[in-house]
This record gives sequence, structure tokens and C-alpha cells, in this order.
Amino acid sequence: MNPAPPLLSVRDLHVSFAMDEGLVRAVDGASFDVLPGQTVGIVGESGCGKSVTMKAILQLVEQPGRIASGEILFRRRTGPAATDGEEVVDLARLPSRGVEMRAIRGAEIALIPQEPMAAFSPVHTVGDQIVEALQLHGRQWRTDGGPLSRKDARQITVDLFRDVGISMPEQRIDAYSWQLSGGLRQRAMIAMALSCKPRLLIADEPTTAIDVTTQAQVLGLLRELQRKYGTAIIFITHDLGVIAQMASYVVVMYLGRIMEEGPVDDIFHAPKHPYTRALLRSIPSLYGRARVALPVITGSLPHPFNRPAGCPFHPRCGDVIPGMCTTRVPSLQNIAARQQASCFLYHDKADPA
Amino acid sequence: MTAQAGAPLLEVRGLRKYFPIVKGMFRRVVGQVRAVDDVSFTIQEGETLGLVGESGCGKTTTSRCILRAMAPSGGQILFRSRQGAMVDLAPMVRAELRPFRPEIQMIFQDPFSSLNPRMTLLDNVGEPLLINGMRNRRERTDRVAELLRLVGLRPEFMHRFPHAFSGGQRQRIGIARALSTNPRLVVADEPVSALDVSVQAQVLNLLLELQSRLHLTFLFVAHDLSVVRHISDRVAVMYVGQLVELAPTSAIFERPRHPYTAALMRAVPVPDPRASNIGGALKGEVPSPAAPPSGCYFHPRCRFADERCRRDAPPLREIAPGHFARCHLAEQLNLDIRQG
Repeated sequence: MNPAPPLLSVRDLHVSFAMDEGLVRAVDGASFDVLPGQTVGIVGESGCGKSVTMKAILQLVEQPGRIASGEILFRRRTGPAATDGEEVVDLARLPSRGVEMRAIRGAEIALIPQEPMAAFSPVHTVGDQIVEALQLHGRQWRTDGGPLSRKDARQITVDLFRDVGISMPEQRIDAYSWQLSGGLRQRAMIAMALSCKPRLLIADEPTTAIDVTTQAQVLGLLRELQRKYGTAIIFITHDLGVIAQMASYVVVMYLGRIMEEGPVDDIFHAPKHPYTRALLRSIPSLYGRARVALPVITGSLPHPFNRPAGCPFHPRCGDVIPGMCTTRVPSLQNIAARQQASCFLYHDKADPA
Repeated sequence: MTAQAGAPLLEVRGLRKYFPIVKGMFRRVVGQVRAVDDVSFTIQEGETLGLVGESGCGKTTTSRCILRAMAPSGGQILFRSRQGAMVDLAPMVRAELRPFRPEIQMIFQDPFSSLNPRMTLLDNVGEPLLINGMRNRRERTDRVAELLRLVGLRPEFMHRFPHAFSGGQRQRIGIARALSTNPRLVVADEPVSALDVSVQAQVLNLLLELQSRLHLTFLFVAHDLSVVRHISDRVAVMYVGQLVELAPTSAIFERPRHPYTAALMRAVPVPDPRASNIGGALKGEVPSPAAPPSGCYFHPRCRFADERCRRDAPPLREIAPGHFARCHLAEQLNLDIRQG
């Protein structure tokens, strides 16, 4: 692996929502890096903060939520040409609606949302929506950095459609999103996300709403495009199968905190945190024994207002250390060469509560 | 239970459901969507039949016809009544169906939209009881308490509203409601696909446990093959309105006989980074049931298709004892779902 500096470095990120009922700490001290061209999988169940982390990176956290503290360091390009340099900006400090953030969103960091049906406007053709994005952000396509003409943008869109495997791209570009099947719509969404040659792509559950065979097609496509363009991907999902197939580095989240992170092989073959282990045990397998009780994680996800004290997982954990896990919050520490876990089974360092 | 073990509880014969395609001011019928086209299978008492397929394959329409939430266009739905006689639900009208409604119940996919948010658990779970003649509130309260305990919830919760519960708890409430009338056949349409991984396992375990305790029969409709494999005794695979394969779970997963079944299995991402299985994905899309291809409906996407597949529609044949497949080449193909 090349020791390139990270493209994105999230440092001790806290995102909170001030609700009438109290403060919800949706992301409570998350830190991870994304290297150029790497696929990082963020896995967790609902309410674990994986989507809020993604929104924070894009500065799209909605009121009453806000980034309370922490840094989101992103290496942006200083100009459109390949020879231009790079500089590190802290996205957490940039105003959400400011010029700088708008130049990054879409152009440098793109998003593939979960619901392609809801993400496209139904009253504009898909082609027009991509052309619009290209005219706003597509300076990367021209060496002189000038704006793109409508005709050029349309040609680029047709080529992109062909790239993502949409047949008859010249016709499909003038279709409305509701005229496309689920698979085609998701392909068009991927074309849109890639249209401005982003260096970081955030895929938020991109295949959750579609069938397995289409999912396999879309995952295969994303892999192929990543090889071709060298885009880094943050892949957010609750599906451990998808994570195993797509990611090279995995971050496991639970109730806004990172439980464990490390290379994909270590996470699946040498999981350390009791939550990761329990999660892996509880999925039914295509090859395992049928019709026997699955090992389960007892209890249910706590309500965000009833966050347990100490380690957030301790009420459901089989290895809980009384007096320790119940009162102190374990910090994320190195526990193996490349693996980190926040668990008192491996170290005794706590975070200030 | 009067029926002996192994007797079919449900026998579906040649079930068809067509939806007309209408056009113009006079709503002229210009075609038919063959959502379910000649589907036959049986479910034994106490058995779980898994019904799988991609969206639009007709699996939900099939289950709705069995529930008689819609009227089939043709075929028979033979159900063994408590008295032991086989009755055909397909041609029945509303009033005739009434006595059979409590015996066939449904568990829904989405635990958020399938419970009435303005009704307490007592009313949500107790409504089927009320409708089926349990007028006494005290009696109903006792029964709801018993049902909540059965699905692992505390009876004290019965005066709360659904919003106070998590997805997994709500699905338990939905299960309690389905069981309130002591059904013998439970149709579960994607009952765990909206749940988190850790909760999904709990609900699957609950369904297995309830089945053995209450001697329930399940028709389990799902698209997640690992879940279907986990819970089913036999599996039926649908494609464009037709059954393409039907076999005991172990047989179908060890050696699928239809290329479509094998492709579905291969498409499931394996939760092991050392076993890469993305890339051999099935090409193309599911054809429209309004204009299916000639011959075998699967031939445009099948890598084994030959001249005969393009020309002649294959029948559903028994390839091995109890193992049915709709493929001309079923005997010759050696389909391995695991790949290198």
C-alpha cells in the first residue's frame, strides 16, 4: 500500500440534536481515515449514527442538529487541472451554504443516496439533472477550467450512461426517473454522482431498496468504476455481506460511537469487540444449519433519549465487566497492528464522559 | 388438531391472477398482465414453505390470493377446514369466506405502517378478536395479555400506543395480532426485511419457536435467500408469474436445478471478504409479465439457453423425488452456487 496521506480524516466528530426532550448525541466521538482510492465501509444498525456522519461530512446536518465539535479534514484540489495542488480544509468549519462548501459538494464529494426514486426530480428528465450538475461543477472535464457548454455536458452524460451500463443512452437520457426501472434508476444515480469526477463518493445504503440480482449488478459496477476512476468510497450499509464484498476497511458503529475498526479481513475473521462478534453470529448463512435458533443479541437498541451510561453496548453485552463498563466509556484504542476497538476487554483507557 | 401429520393444509392448483391493461376513454382492455400464471403447490400441516423471487415476480400477488385479499382469475385454493374437509376458497364470495378468515392470518412487512398509531396495543391486537365475536372486554384483555406474553412482550404494555415501541417490538405486536384468532396458516410477507440485523435474528427465532409450540403452518414470502433457507422446510422460486423451482430446502441449496435459482443464490453477497462473489451477476432485467419472452421466460438472461429454450416453454417437471424445476436442461446442468 502506498503511504499516501488520507483524503479524508474525521477526528473526534460529535454531532448532536437539541430536541425538546433533551440532547441526542447522534455521533459521539467518531474518528476514521479514508485513503485515496480506498473503500471504507461504515456498518451499523439504525440509529448508530452512520447516516448522520455522512451528512456531517457533506455539511448537510439538518436543524436542530449541529456539528458540536471535532474536525473533518478533507484534501481538496486547489484547481481543476491535474497539475494543481491540494490543500487541507476542515469541512466542519465551513458554512453549510457557503461558496466553498458548495464547490466541494457534488464536485469533490458526491453522494449516492439510498432511494433513487426520491432523489431524482420527477418533473425533469434524468439527463437534464445531470447536465445541470455538470454545468455547475464540471470544470474538471476541461483542461482550461472554463465552464462546460450544454452540448458538451450532454455528450458527457451520454458517455457516462454508457459507462454505467445503461443501454440506449441517447434515448434514456431524455427519460424521467419514473420511466426507469429500479436498477436503471440507481445506475443513472451513479452516473450523476460520478459526473463531476469526485475524489470521494459516499454511498448511503445504495442497494437496500433493490433486488439481489440488481444489487449484484450495481455492486459489480461500483467496483469496476472505482478501479477505472480511482475514486475513494465511503460505503454505508447495515448488510454485512455487502460490506465484506465491497470494503477494504471497516468501521463498526453503535449508538453514535465507533466500536471497532480495521481491515475487512480482520473484522470478519478476527473480530474483537463483543458487538462485532455478536453481529456476525446473528446473520443467517446460505451454508449454515437451517431451522435452528440463531444466536441473538439480547435486548433491543435503546431509545436515543435513554442512552445507557458507560459503554453504550454494555446492557446487551455478554462480556460486561460490572463497575467498569457500566460507568466509564471506553475509548477507541489500537489493540492489534491495524485494528482498533473501544472495549475494556482489551485496554482500560476511558474517554471523559 | 384433527388432521394427521403430513396431510396438506393448503393445496393451490393452477392459480392465475391477471390484471387487465386498459386504454383510452372507454377503458378498452388491450392486454393482460399475467401476475400469477398457473401456480400450483401444496403446504403440509406444520410446514414452512418459503416463496422467493425478485420484485414483480408475483410472490405477493400469490399470497394475497391465498388470503383472498384479492379474487384470483382462475385455479383452485383448497384449504383443509378444521372439520377436515378440503374447501375451495377461490370462488367464494365475502360471506362464504367469513368462517375461514380467522384460520388464515397475515404478518406484514413494515411494522411501522401496519399498526394503527391511534390504537393502543390492546385495540390493535384485540380487534380481530372483537370482529370475530369476542365482545367481552375483560375476556379480550386477558387474551391480549396472553398473546403479548407469547411473543415476548410484557402485558403491562397493552395500554401504550405503537409509537412507544422499536421496530422489533412492533413486529412482535404484529405477530401477536396475527395469532390472536388461532390461525392454522400464517402468511408472512417479508416479515424481517425491515428489521435490523440483531433484531431480525430474534424475530426469526420467535417464529420458529411459535411454530413448534402452536403447530403453525407458514407461507414465508421473502427475497432474502439466507433468511428463507434458515426458516423453510421447502422453497418455491417464482419468476415472471410462474414457479420455476420447488424443492426441499437442503436439496435446492445443495443443488439448484434451475439456472435462475442458482443465479439468485450467487447474487447474495457472502459475509466473508475471502469469498468474493460479486461479478458473476445475472445480466439484464426481469421481463414484463405483460409481454413475456417466447419459450422459457428466463432464456434471454440464461447462459445455457439453446434453440429449444427460445422456442418451447418448458413445463415444471419432477427432476428428483419432490424436486420440481421448469427447465429443459435440468438434468444436464451442474449448478454450483459457490464459486471460486
